[in-house]
Amino acid sequence: MNESWVLFKRNLRNFWRIFSHNKLGMLGAFLVFTAIFVAVFAPLLTPYAPTDIIRDANGRGMTFAPPSVHGPLGTDDAGRDIWSQLVYGARISLTVGFLAGFMAMFVGSLFGIMAGYFSGRVDNVLMRITDVLLVIPDLPLMLILVATLRQMDLRISPLSVLIVVIGLLYWTSTARLIRSQVLTIKERQFVDRARAFGAGHRYIIRKHILPQIMPLIVANTVLILSTAILIESGLAFLGLGDPTKPSWGTMLNFAFDRNAVTNGAWWFYLPPGLAIVWVTLGCVLLGNVLEELLNPRLTEHHLEGDQNMIAIKRKGTQ
Amino acid sequence: MTIQPLLSVRHLTTEFQLPNHQVARALENVSFDVRPGQTLGLVGESGCGKTTTLMSVMRLLPASGRITEGNIYFKGTDLLTLNEREMRAFRWKEIAIIFQGSMNALNPVIKVGDQISEAILLHNQMEREAAEQRVGELLELVGIQRLRRNQYPFQYSGGMRQRAMIAMALACSPALLFADEPTTALDVMIQAQVLELLKQIQRNLGLTIVLVTHDLGVIAEMCDEVVVMYGGKVTEYGPADLIYNQPQHPYTQRLLKAFPDLNRATEASDSAGQDLVTIPGSPPRLNALPPGCRFNPRCQESMEICTQVAPDLVDMAAPGSEARHLAACHLLKGMEIEDL
Repeated sequence: MNESWVLFKRNLRNFWRIFSHNKLGMLGAFLVFTAIFVAVFAPLLTPYAPTDIIRDANGRGMTFAPPSVHGPLGTDDAGRDIWSQLVYGARISLTVGFLAGFMAMFVGSLFGIMAGYFSGRVDNVLMRITDVLLVIPDLPLMLILVATLRQMDLRISPLSVLIVVIGLLYWTSTARLIRSQVLTIKERQFVDRARAFGAGHRYIIRKHILPQIMPLIVANTVLILSTAILIESGLAFLGLGDPTKPSWGTMLNFAFDRNAVTNGAWWFYLPPGLAIVWVTLGCVLLGNVLEELLNPRLTEHHLEGDQNMIAIKRKGTQ
Repeated sequence: MTIQPLLSVRHLTTEFQLPNHQVARALENVSFDVRPGQTLGLVGESGCGKTTTLMSVMRLLPASGRITEGNIYFKGTDLLTLNEREMRAFRWKEIAIIFQGSMNALNPVIKVGDQISEAILLHNQMEREAAEQRVGELLELVGIQRLRRNQYPFQYSGGMRQRAMIAMALACSPALLFADEPTTALDVMIQAQVLELLKQIQRNLGLTIVLVTHDLGVIAEMCDEVVVMYGGKVTEYGPADLIYNQPQHPYTQRLLKAFPDLNRATEASDSAGQDLVTIPGSPPRLNALPPGCRFNPRCQESMEICTQVAPDLVDMAAPGSEARHLAACHLLKGMEIEDL
């Protein structure tokens, strides 16, 4: 246990050493982690609650006020602070995006591994399901699904409905990606050897297949996160968000509804839009770089191996 | 002949389903015995069913392959009657296999030591520490330093990888070891080392080995008995020295002529300096086998009957001799056999 911890720390250090030299990757990580930081510490970063109405000296709500000392990003049509809404919106957008992204990743990995490993009939059934989902235009499908699920009164919060619908529809590309990788790995001879050991399917998948596709899964998760956040924003913009828990998409929806554009209130619609770009760009940059670094064919195995060898030698001479 | 064979393969027939609904019969009516403590060689050109035979016995055929007929008795039980769970418990514990090409049989991202302990931990309820101890012993047995258990396969040389595979095969102390071309892709010095190691291990542990190779030199050096295969059938089967010095089947004769032989060149002066002769053509496609004897299109002594009737195995051993020397050719007039 202790030894594997040491090894893990060394691997992490090696990874960081390579990663920290990658400018795009660092930029991506910066974008993503600032967004997470803002979401986590929202109450400390905002002067008002997102629902508070800012009033002037006469007690009237300051509607469509441009950025000023009262609110760093101005106010909306009801006189509420945009900055506070933006910061609290990060919580909703990121939560939905992350949960839906992880869900999509889980379903996609499961389908991909099953289809790739068991091939034949299992593969056929799973991949035909994937194909069906792939050819249906997803936006209309999601609109219909979210709307009907809401009407069914299942006593799930509107946000959970969003998470589940995105999570259960956005795994197709992942499934295909992972399936193709599993197909090549399972034909490798060490899988035959493991079968000759008397290993079962579960053991082979856990011990020989999963570690090899893990980098792919990790990198793809980050990429899927950005898609999930974008989709959530899109659906919320179309009015399928939770109005009581506004995300960035919901803010855009409000801005559109209340004629922010014709009123010239750019501070109402630009910040949420830029915030979405901020996070998705961060995810894409980070994801691409992770994919590059974690790809087993591109890592510096030799370097790491040499260090291991030195470590062994030292142990031996003591 | 009185010793009970460890492994008896009887009338084994294995077919592969091809994508175009054709069936390729990779093995037909293959029978042989492996006696405890001995080494049996399986020889033949590529694609004649050597590896398929091993995989059929281990029941590790790919999804398209199926054993359609026959029995495989190991220590008296028919392996074909075992269910998958029993078969899994059986693999590696009783029969272990050294795969063709050690490079690919090792997982590149797992340390060699961990890959060896995998087999131990899968089968024995041995404690992790005891298993670790065993890994060290196994590595030393095949001449690799214990320290190197923590290295990855790419840090091993080709010969070391092959030796690591041997260590892995011995992990659960199997009764029978399948070695599928253990010396291909190794240079001659390392080949000799690996073969020497196998011999040594066999002597020390009393292991039984089935050796698949197309290297007749290896056969001569290692094997007690030899099965010569062609197109999925047994063409000749007998003691190694008989097959080597008095080959009966035209295919075996030509196979031997196609191979440089230092021993024979020095021992018998008349064959010294003899030119090597190739066998024209290539082995038959398994989904389009020639009628009659499978070797007839390439055989110089082919007669009319050869293109019509497949010959049966007959016993060519000298009368009264205990060992049997079987061959399947219309040219040969031997004793008919019943039990194989």
